[in-house]
Formats: sequence, C-alpha cells, structure tokens
Amino acid sequence: MYPEYMNESIKKVEQTRPQRLELAKKHGKNVFPGMGEQERADILAKYHPDYKDDALRELRIGPNKGDKIINEVVDIMESYPRDYPETFDLNKVDIETDILIIGAGSAGLSAAIEASNTDAEVLLITKLRLGDSNSMMAQGGIQAADQADDTPVLHYLDVIGGGHFDNKPELVDALVMDAAPSIKWLEELGVMFDKNEDGSMMVKSGGGTCRNRMHSTRDYTGAGICRVLRDEVYNRSDKIKCIEYSAATELILDDKGQCAGAIIYHLESKQYSIVKAKTVIIATGGFGRLHIRNFETTNHYGATADGLVMGYRAGAKMMFMDSVQYHPTGAVFPEQIVGFLCTEKIRGLGAQPVNKDGELFVYPLEPRDIEASAFIKECENNLGVTTPSDLRGIWLDSPLIEELSGEGTIEKNLPAMLRQFQRFDIDIRKFPMLVFPTLHYQNGGLEIDANAETTIPGLYVAGEASGGIHGRNRLMGNSQLDIIVFGRRAGRNAAVKIADGIQLGELSLKHVTNYIKEVNELGIDKKHISPIVLPDYIPDHVKAKQLSSEFQGTLF
Amino acid sequence: MDVKVEMIIVYIGGELFQVPEGSTIIMAMEYAGFQLKKGVGCREGYCGACATVYREKGDYKLKGSLACQTVVTDGMTIAMIPFVPAEKPLYDLNDLTPDVGTFTQLFPSVFRCVSCNTCTKACPQDIEVMDYVQALIRGDIAKAADISFDCIRCGLCALRCPAEIVQYNAGILARRLYGKYLAKRSPELDERLKELEEGKYIKEIDELNKMPHDKLSEKYYSREIKIS
Repeated sequence: MYPEYMNESIKKVEQTRPQRLELAKKHGKNVFPGMGEQERADILAKYHPDYKDDALRELRIGPNKGDKIINEVVDIMESYPRDYPETFDLNKVDIETDILIIGAGSAGLSAAIEASNTDAEVLLITKLRLGDSNSMMAQGGIQAADQADDTPVLHYLDVIGGGHFDNKPELVDALVMDAAPSIKWLEELGVMFDKNEDGSMMVKSGGGTCRNRMHSTRDYTGAGICRVLRDEVYNRSDKIKCIEYSAATELILDDKGQCAGAIIYHLESKQYSIVKAKTVIIATGGFGRLHIRNFETTNHYGATADGLVMGYRAGAKMMFMDSVQYHPTGAVFPEQIVGFLCTEKIRGLGAQPVNKDGELFVYPLEPRDIEASAFIKECENNLGVTTPSDLRGIWLDSPLIEELSGEGTIEKNLPAMLRQFQRFDIDIRKFPMLVFPTLHYQNGGLEIDANAETTIPGLYVAGEASGGIHGRNRLMGNSQLDIIVFGRRAGRNAAVKIADGIQLGELSLKHVTNYIKEVNELGIDKKHISPIVLPDYIPDHVKAKQLSSEFQGTLF
Repeated sequence: MDVKVEMIIVYIGGELFQVPEGSTIIMAMEYAGFQLKKGVGCREGYCGACATVYREKGDYKLKGSLACQTVVTDGMTIAMIPFVPAEKPLYDLNDLTPDVGTFTQLFPSVFRCVSCNTCTKACPQDIEVMDYVQALIRGDIAKAADISFDCIRCGLCALRCPAEIVQYNAGILARRLYGKYLAKRSPELDERLKELEEGKYIKEIDELNKMPHDKLSEKYYSREIKIS
C-alpha cells in the first residue's frame, strides 16, 4: 500500500482523471502534443542521462580506441582477463563442435533451432539455465507490420526515426522484412499470440510507432516466445547439445584470424574447458547489471555484457556504445521492486503519465529516450513524488485503462503486472503506479552485417549484444523481433559457412596476450577483471570479512 | 526522507542470519553473504529460477514461493530449490495432434491426478493448476492452454504432487498445441507473407536504404500516425 503522505497527490490524480478520460475518448493517444525533431534534441541534451558531462569517457584500447563511450563499458574493456592465456594448453581440446552458441535467451535458442535444421553439430552454452535471460522477461510485445493499413516501409521509418537516423540501413531492412515471416515461424512452433475471434492479430501501438503493430502474448510476450523456443531445443536434444552453468570467458581465434571457439568456465566445479568450434555465435545479451550511473535495472541477473568484452578483445568493433536505453516506466515503489519494468503496453492500453498534481506533461508514447527524458525533467522540476527511500517518480495512471476499455481489461491484458503489484498490496486497477526511468537496454553492441556476422570471420552476434539495428534508441517490441530475426540469421548463416568449408588453423589466444600488454601499459589496477559473469550484491561489511581468494576480483 | 531499517532473524538452510526487515528472500541471502549462482534469475518473477520453500514462525505449513518476490518475516526458515529433477518427454510437435490421445501417450501421469489441489496451493503464480490438469484429462487443450498461460516453470507444483505429475511440462505442450493447431490463422499475416514472397516492398525499402538523413527525416516526421 502507498504511504499515507502520498494520498494527497493520488487524490489529485483521481480529480483530473475524468477530464483526461474525456480527452482520451476524443483524441485517442493524442492527449498531449508530440515533439518535433528540435524539441526532441533539446530535451535529450538537457535531461537524458547519456548527455551528462561525466556519462562518457574516451576508450584507450582496442578497435574503438579514441571513441567516447559509456564509462562503465570503458571499465570492463580496460580490464584484465579472468585467466591468462598461458594457463591453457590449446592442443588439448575438451569439446569439438561445428557451431558454438554462447547464451540461451531467445536469440541463442533461435540460432540453435535454425542451425539444427542442417547437418551442423550445435553446442549451446549458458552461464545460468536455458532460457534464463532478458528475453524471458520482456512483457509488452513484438513488432511486425502484418496489418492491412501497415507496411514494412512504415515500420522501417519508425525504426530509423526512433534511432535518430543513425541505424545501419541494411540491418533495419533485414529487421522489418523478416518480421512477418518471424511471426509465422513462431506461430508454427506453437507461440500463442493474442488474437481476435476471427483469428486476426490483436495489435497495439507502442512508443514511436505510427501503426498498431505490437503483437503480444498477454503481458508475458518474452516468456510466451522464449519458453516455446526452449521447449523446442529440449526436444531436439539429439541435435543440440546444451551445457548450463558454464560461462564463456574468452574467444579463441586461429592463426588465420578466424573465430575458432571459446574458453568456457563451469561456475560450480570451477573447471575450464577448451571448446573448438568452426563458427561461434555470441548471444549473451546486454549490460543492465553494470548499473550504469547507479541506475536500477529491469535486467536479468546475467546481463553483464560478457559477450561484448570477449568479442572486443578478439578484435570485433563496437557501435553506439555511447548510448543507454532507460525505460521510462520502472517501478520506484514499493522498495522491493524498485527498477522493475512496468511494460510500455500499459501506456499502449491507455494509461497516461501525470505529475504529482495529476497533470499531463508529455505525449504518452514518445520514443523511449524522449519519454524518459520528459519524466526526468518533471522530477528535476519538483513535480514528481518522493518515496520513503528518497527516490522520485511520476504517476502512471493505470485505472484509466479500465475506464476506457471496461472492467477486466487489466486482468486480461496485464496479468503479470497486476500480480506483481498485488504481491505488495497495490491494486493497479484502482491506484496509479509510481514510476521513473530504469536502465533497460544496451542500444549498441558488436557491429554486425545483415548476415549477423562480425568483421572476424566465423564470429556471429545476435540479439542485444549486437549493435547497429536500433541506432541510439530502440523502440518497444523491436528487440523481441531482432532476437528472432538475427538469431535465426546467425544460426542459418553459420551453418551455410560450415557447409561451404572452413579449414581452421592452429588455435590461438595471442589476441588476449596482446590485449593484456595494452592494459598493462595503461597502468590499470590488476583488480579490474572482466568479463564479470555475475554481479555481486553482497554488502561491503560482509565482503570485508570474506577473505578467501574465491571472493577476490570482480566475482570469485 | 530517512527510514530506519529494523533487523530480523531468518534461518537460511536452517542457519541463523540477521537481515534487514522488508528484504525479499534473495536480498536477504545476499545480505547474509551468499554469492548466488543457482536459484537466481530475472529477480522480477518471470523466470522461475528461484523456487523456494519456507516455513514461518509458529506455522506448521510448508509454503512455496519465488525467492525474488517474497518478503522475509521474522523467524522464517528458508530452503531454496534450484533444480527440479522432473521428466520431460521429447516430441516433434509436427507429429502430434491437439487431443487427449497426445497426453495419454506423452504424459500418462496426468491421468493419475487425485484432485487433491495441492499443486494449485503450491503455485506462486496463483494458477489453478489442478483445473488445467483436469482440462487435459477431458481433452480440452484450449482450456488447459488458457489456464496454464502464466506458468513460469518454477517446478513447485510437480514437487508437491502426490501423483508425480509434471504439470508444467504438460502445460507448455498444451499451449504449443493450441498455438500451432487450434488458434485461428490470421488472414492478414498470410496476405503479407504472400506480398513479401512476391517481392512487393523490396524496391521501396531499397530506396530508404540509400536515402540521405534530411530526406529520411522529412519522410519520418510527415508520416501519418494512425494508432488507437
């Protein structure tokens, strides 16, 4: 339940609700004017966290040397490896496979399924369990232009405009043209999309979309897709080998510079193994658990950007690592779920963001970076509500949904959201939700081409770990789409490359040796180690007493 | 605003620890010094990795929950269950039919249900688990798919079931059968796929690929917004 002192503000929200309801009935989502290009640029420059003076710094190592990128990403790039190349005898290969897929969210699972349709041997590894990923947590939807009033051309414009026209065109092209076929593929695998009586797709709008294009499976869209893919991978156990609780810590190249496998590390037994593979697909997801600028995050426990580090050390270039996506609506109350994602579908269904006085201050469905900046602006101007633990937020007026579309709409369309808040005695059908932007998504990543391949032959990247598709800002529902589109492309193309014939030379970790030399020259403290593998939330006073070597470094 | 945090006692795996009041079980374990590798996942109630059983002070009942979604109480005894060793039959969805026969063949245990409702009581998602098991017995795949929809595969139902049913694995099969065979097809989707196969949008998209920023921007900001 909300503390008593918030009642006054909640009352104001209730007081303005009838007027706002009228507005919505009359103008749909257009209850507040949208921003033009200049206005967008101004609000970003003034309020978006990426634009703060100390958000970025120059990276001093590797292929992007000299670029100004996110501080916390510089930290993990200017770090030593977990173990030194001379520790490993690359002549003693533990596992040999055709395709090694690192990461088992929907991108990795899609890649595995596609690759298993060929003769290729597939090994899928994950540091947690199959399916444990941000993919599983996505709520709102997956975009695809399959309605009569929509086209891939309009979808393309939305993607590239939302990304401020920086996106790599060939990737946008692939994304929007593969969208409808991806929905078909998922449906054939048994994904239960929300549908109308006649079988047509129930579609909603999202921030920055010009048509209703958001397909969903209630508000468990990520899970609705990911658990089907996981089940399919289980069923193909004769063709897809899986190893869980094993993190890849370094890529292996061959003496010709082709990607040739990875060092993997089993979290429980602490054993390292050498995996030799003709092609490698990085599907390790993003960086939410780096808690950039100390933001709370919506992300999975494993979102520590391991693939980004491995790929970069091996020589793959990064794109757009100067930008972070803050989802406009993260919970700030109750305390136990601070940072928790309140899906954009809530606004898609008609909930409006209002300030402490119950006033509208922004078009509810601007692209995420714009919407988030508007929320931050409102709070910096003291028009937000402060929580008992000193966080600030604005109201997302969820009761409006049922006033607009009738009783039962929330239970039917937002069961996860309703349940989450009910666990803490807040009924979102009756009370608004207190929200503030939360760290959500890595807009950039390792640069790929339309085949999902990097500049390193045989190294593919799919999903959040890749960069270029979304420019500097991704729209809702395009991540669920990109993990399927590029996961499948990576799996297929890796298999084609193998069928065409790959001759691996001698395995090598020279790239790591050279990287260490550069890190040394920068005079970096030896305590800085990456990939991080898992975050650490043990409090300092306990940490200070954990003296065994296991607890030194960034993780163990 | 300054809030003083009270400390309470919990027993993690039977051992006593002092942790801040208001913590979730996951937060309490981390506060106590556990570096979690298993039994932790999304931390938002979506992945089912953190199934946990606990008993509250003075209560004889063993309760199940998600560690990331449950707030500790004073005197609570906690045991995490990071893995459930349950059977998962393998199948090719293309070879199956959406009827009771599929379940007789792949999940014979479903028909052993004694209607005790223990599974429903064990479910941290408040799913009427027994009801969907009963729907499967009746061959009502659509109903089973609908009721089981919010399942996150934490495994607590199967762990408590006296009939050794693996409800969640039967649930995902019901949903996949529904999605593939029973849900009506979308005519618009098929129409769009046909257009794409005919190459309808290739030329226009190709023009966008080559368009300079100012032209693209003009096109973007002048596009008609038709959403509801």
